[in-house]
Formats: sequence, C-alpha cells, structure tokens
Amino acid sequence: MSIYGWVQIILYFLIILALTGPVGNYLYRVFEGERKPLPRVLGAAERLAYRMVMVDKDREQTWKEYAFSLFVFSFFCILVVYGLQRLQYFLPFNPQGFKGVPPQLAFNTAVSFVTNTNWQAYPGESTMSYLVQMAALAWQNFVSAGAGIAVAFALARGLTRKASQARGATIGNFWVDLTRSIIYVLLPLSIVGALFLVSQGVIQNIHPYREITTLEGARQAIAMGPVASQEIIKELGTNGGGFFNANSSHPFENPTPLTNFIEMVLIFLIPAGLTYAYGRMAGNKRQGWVIFWAMAVLFMAGAAVCYYAESRPNPALAGLPLDQATGNMEGKEVRFGVAGSTLFAAITTAASCGAVNSMHDSYTPLGGLVPLVNIMLGEVVFGGVGAGLYGMLIYAILAVFIAGLMVGRTPEYLGKKIEAREMQYVTAYILIFPFIVLITAAWSAIVPYGISSVTNGGPHGLSQILYAASSAGGNNGSAFAGLNANTSWWNIVLAIAMLAGRFLMILPVLAIAGSMVSKKDIPPGPGTFPTEGFLFVALLTGAVIIVGALTFFPALSLGPVVEHFIAHAGRSL
Amino acid sequence: MKNISLKRDLACTLLFTVLSIAVLGIIYPLCINTVSGLLFNSQARGSFTADESGRPVGSTLLAQRFTDPAYFHPRPSAAGGNGYDAASSGGSNLGPTSEKLRRRAADEIARLRKENPHAPPYIPVELVTTSASGLDPHLTIPGALWQVPRIARARHISEERVAATVEANREGRTWGVLGEPRVNVLLLNLALDRQFGKAGQRAIMGDKRR
Repeated sequence: MSIYGWVQIILYFLIILALTGPVGNYLYRVFEGERKPLPRVLGAAERLAYRMVMVDKDREQTWKEYAFSLFVFSFFCILVVYGLQRLQYFLPFNPQGFKGVPPQLAFNTAVSFVTNTNWQAYPGESTMSYLVQMAALAWQNFVSAGAGIAVAFALARGLTRKASQARGATIGNFWVDLTRSIIYVLLPLSIVGALFLVSQGVIQNIHPYREITTLEGARQAIAMGPVASQEIIKELGTNGGGFFNANSSHPFENPTPLTNFIEMVLIFLIPAGLTYAYGRMAGNKRQGWVIFWAMAVLFMAGAAVCYYAESRPNPALAGLPLDQATGNMEGKEVRFGVAGSTLFAAITTAASCGAVNSMHDSYTPLGGLVPLVNIMLGEVVFGGVGAGLYGMLIYAILAVFIAGLMVGRTPEYLGKKIEAREMQYVTAYILIFPFIVLITAAWSAIVPYGISSVTNGGPHGLSQILYAASSAGGNNGSAFAGLNANTSWWNIVLAIAMLAGRFLMILPVLAIAGSMVSKKDIPPGPGTFPTEGFLFVALLTGAVIIVGALTFFPALSLGPVVEHFIAHAGRSL
Repeated sequence: MKNISLKRDLACTLLFTVLSIAVLGIIYPLCINTVSGLLFNSQARGSFTADESGRPVGSTLLAQRFTDPAYFHPRPSAAGGNGYDAASSGGSNLGPTSEKLRRRAADEIARLRKENPHAPPYIPVELVTTSASGLDPHLTIPGALWQVPRIARARHISEERVAATVEANREGRTWGVLGEPRVNVLLLNLALDRQFGKAGQRAIMGDKRR
C-alpha cells in the first residue's frame, strides 16, 4: 500500500460526492422538471422521437401498463440481438468475416445485454462483427440502461407523489422515460466522452485487423474496431460488456491512468446522481443523501479491504525469490497498479457494471471476496443505473418496516403507510435474488456438466461458480473469468438467472410503485420514524449487510474464506 | 387491465427499435468514427509507431514479444496460445492457491535467472506474472532497471547509460497521483536502438558509438 493509492481512492470519492448534486439536479430537470435542458436541440429531438414512435408523452401509465411496455420491448430486443448475431456473416461491417454466433451463445449474449448484465461467454475480438458490436451490443448498452433509469423514476414517483398530485394511479410513461434518458443523458455524454477517450488512445475505426512486423521481425495481428463509442456507454450505462475479451484492462479500451479514472467516475455518475434526484422528488434533499451515504459507507469499506488485501503478496508465489513490493500483480496492469485495479474492481461490482480492468479470478482470497460480496449485497451499493436506486429504496422500505416492528407502530415512509401488501412485494424482491444465485450455484457445483467448466482447484473452484451465479443473478456481468462459461449448461442456466434477476425483480418494484402512489399522505407525528438522519443510514446499511450476510455467509465460508486459510497455511492445489 | 394493449406496445416497440438502432447503433458510432478520424487520427487507428527507417513496428499501447537480450522484455503474456496475441486478449485467471501458477512462476524465475546472470537476486514480481490483458505495454521502473545488466552487456555499453535511457523514458503519475510510474517497453527499445544502434547489429554499432 502507498499513500498514492489511498489518495486516489479518496480523490475518487470526493469527485463523486461533488458530482452527485449537479448530476442529480440535471436528472431531476430531465425527468420531473417543467423546463428541460437545451429545448432547441434536445427538446426538438425528443418531440421528433415521440412523433416517430407514436407516443403520447402526456399519457401516463399504471404500473401494470408500465411493466407491460417494458417487458414487450425487452423481449423483442432479445430477439433482435439474437438475430443480428446469428446473421452477422451476411450483414455488413464484418471485415474479419466472422461466422454466425452459435445459437446457445447468441441466446446467452442477447439476454445478457438486454438485462444490462453484459455477462460475456465469448471473446469479443474473435466472435462479434463490428455491426453486432455497434448495432446490437452497444445499442442495448443505451436502451437497457435507459430502461433501468426509467424503472427507478417510476418507483421514485410511486413513493414521493402526494395523493393530491397523483394522476389516478399512474407512475409515468415507460416510453417517455426511456426516450428522455437516452436523448438528454446517455447520448450527449457518450458523444463527448467517446471523443475524449479517442484523444487518450482508445481506438475508433472499422478497419480490418492490422498485421504488423514487430521490432524483432515477428508478425503480430492487432484487433481493430469501433471501440470508443462502445467503451463510453459501457461505463456510463453500467453495462460492462467489453469490446475485447480483456475488457477495460485492454490498452485499446483503457490506455492510461487518466482514462481509468474517468471510466470509474462514469460508472458511479448516474447511480450517485439518482440518489440526489430522488431527494428532490421527495421534496427533502436529505432523503436522497441518506440513501447516498448508506451506499457510500458500504462502498468505501469494500474498496479499502480490497486495496489492502491485494497489496499483499500473492500466496501462490510465497517463498519464491521475488520482490513483491508492488502487491499481487497476477492479472493486473502496470499502469493502473494495485490501487487503480482494486478501486475499479470495487466500483464495477458495487455498481452492477461488470467492466473489469484486472482479472478478479487471480485476486487473493480476501481481495476476491470483496467484489463477490458487493454483488451479493444485491447491487444496491450505488448499483446499476436505476437498478441501484430502486434496489436501495426497497431496502429502505424494509428498514422502515423493521424499525416499525421495534416500536410497535405501523411503519410509514415519506408520509405513506407501508402495509402488508407492500411488504409481500418487498419480501419477494429480497428473496428472489438469493434464490436464483444459490440454486444456480448449488446445482452447478454438484453436476459434472457444471463442474467441468471450473479451472481452479479446491475452494477457488467453488468461488468461480458462486461468482458466475451471483454475477448473472445480480445483472453484474463481471466474472472469475477462468470459468469456461461457453457450454450448453452455463449459457442456458445463466441466461435464465439473468432474466429472472432483471425482470422478476422489476415486477415487485413496479408493483410497489403502483400501490404506494395513490396512498393518502399522513402528516408526520411524534411516533414517525425519521428517515433522514444518521440513525437511518445505520439502519439501512445494517439491513443490507444482515440480509446479505445471513443469506450468503455459508456459501462464502466454503469458497473464499476457506481458501484464505488454505493459502495462509502455504498450500496450493 | 383494460388499458393494456399489446398492439399499441408492439407498434411502439417496433418503431422505437428501428429508430434507436439507426441512431444509437449506426449513426452515432460512425459519426464518432468520422470526427475522431479528423481530430485524433493516429489514436483512432491504434497509436502505431515506426522505427527510424519509417517502418511501422507496432502499437505503442500494446506489448509485443521481445527475446533479444539487447532489448527490454515485457511481462509474460497469457494472450492467445503463445502470448502477445493482440487479436486474443486475456489473463491467465489462475487463482491465489493455484499450483499451476506457482509452477509457471518458478519456471519463469529459472529462465530469467539464466538470461540475467548479473541481475539482482530478487526479481520484481511483475516479470513473472501475466497482466490482465496479456498486452500490458509497460514495466515498472524496478522491473526495467532489473534487466539493465543484461542489456548493457549485450550492447557492450555501461549499465549507467542504459539506466539513463530508462530514466529518460519514465512516465510519472497523472496529476501526481493517478496510476503508477512506468516505462513503455516498445518506446524504450526504440530509444535504445536510436541511441546505441539497432539491436541486430549491436556488436559493431555498440562499440563504435562508445
């Protein structure tokens, strides 16, 4: 560890802290404000889009209509992404002449990108044509992120709209939210950011792969592609699907420490801003900051532990005549070092991004535990764009409920009663995720067609399986990438996990929005539990940790925890 | 439920899909292509560099294989079957209790020892570990300095002069905090060739320039 490493981590956090307000204000203006930014340009584009897509922007939807639109759109997108991959050989922008992607892999990839997971069972540079990368994968990076933001605003409206403002029991219009998130937020930032990335060395072309003769006279084929335009939205939309197999560790995706820093900022930009926007919608900014700080506490703890653990020597290399002052460098890049790598790892798994700039599979047991736990907490530590906020708000309702039980009063949140129906939805939301993860992992860990993909022995093999199941269920998309995921079993089972982890969890979220939106306001009384102070931050973090710990601790203890003790006993497997 | 209309949603879905693929999937990336080609042409194409004769010898952002003792060698690579495959990036993904990782490191140590009999006893760990991309173009300063005795002997020049070239090619932390100090192996080797003659002709050139 070095002082530079800690300064980097703290500097990063301060920048996110500073950006949360401005970004939150901007998001609030876009989605809830009367006067939208840049009406001449963006407003005109928005109106044109509604005309072309035949959407009436003033027609709001009930939660069922909203969910229906989202589901119809998403399932259609899966078909399109699947089709483009299968047919890529016959389509333009395929200078390498890649054949159609095999059916199971194409299905897995289609689900993966539509669910904002970006789990990658394929190496990008030897599988996907430029057309698929641009028009299927990067396209989904925009729209799946937009759909996540849409659902977050739908829930926020459900919780914050006063009965007097509520227009019937509606929570917004899916098509309007989706369009606005793209036109006002994702696309403009991507255009500016992509050009910045190119200036730093991220490539952007549609040339065939270039073959050169190296300084020593050997041949080297170098993959090309429209990388910058995809890289930027991959971080901003917390998608995480790399153009290249090595993802953000590839120098063509992430060439300098500066691009690394900017990419990290982009991952948290919208999830952090959304907490502030939520506070404004609630009419009390502290309601948003409470959510922010609960996330921040969990994030900083993970980042610190991960940095500490990876600064230690790799146990597999113990006793060899090596100078290990730089820490565990297996699977890490020199330009980022351990600090820039572990900070990225903590961010990408806290937000359900899943881009990686180092190979988590080669982390020390405790270093690798942090990304895994971040995912297992349910992707609520800033979380995916939208998904993080709505996930944390579900936990907020749970925390209020627990507080209500302790004092024996009907719980209320933002002046609305939480009743049995909402708690059923909350419970469903909270149970679906571990159900998906543990069933997938347990099944895979006992059948030969699951285990055969494992590439590390002993408890680390179980960690690979657990990580894959969590990553899919949590819609993260990063991996202990040694696992050979391109098999029938893994392609299909993880696709199902990703679908369930996205859509089965959005359903109760929207249902809560729908049932809360038309509830009567209750003025806060002396018995109302305050949800805007330090006490609530503690209660909320506690709820997240306890639920995560109770659910996953047994599985974790058989994976990374046992491995830690084996490693420190000096054994290798 | 009466307001749910599959027909209406399908129409919106279809139109939105066509419109968004056209704008986000085709027009946006191709516009970025054009603009970045105008503003940052070299970077957009891969930051290729050339030797003194103007022959392109590789991307400054990607590692390439070096085996000549008169050149600095990059970190080991797990990219592709034989390493340094810039069309097949990736790491080893070997875990912290992996016997395979330990054996591989021990083999690397034996090789490095044989190639660098005059180097210090403790080898900087990055020289026996593979990077995440397999294309890490950099070495840390200690990782480069460790190789100096071999290069100095192969080129028949003093270690100080090689070390000075390393120092001249040092890249510091961005803003004084971000990232780690490092040297780019390809640029460093090109600098060696410029200063002390091309590696292939080292016996003559190295002596002459002295």
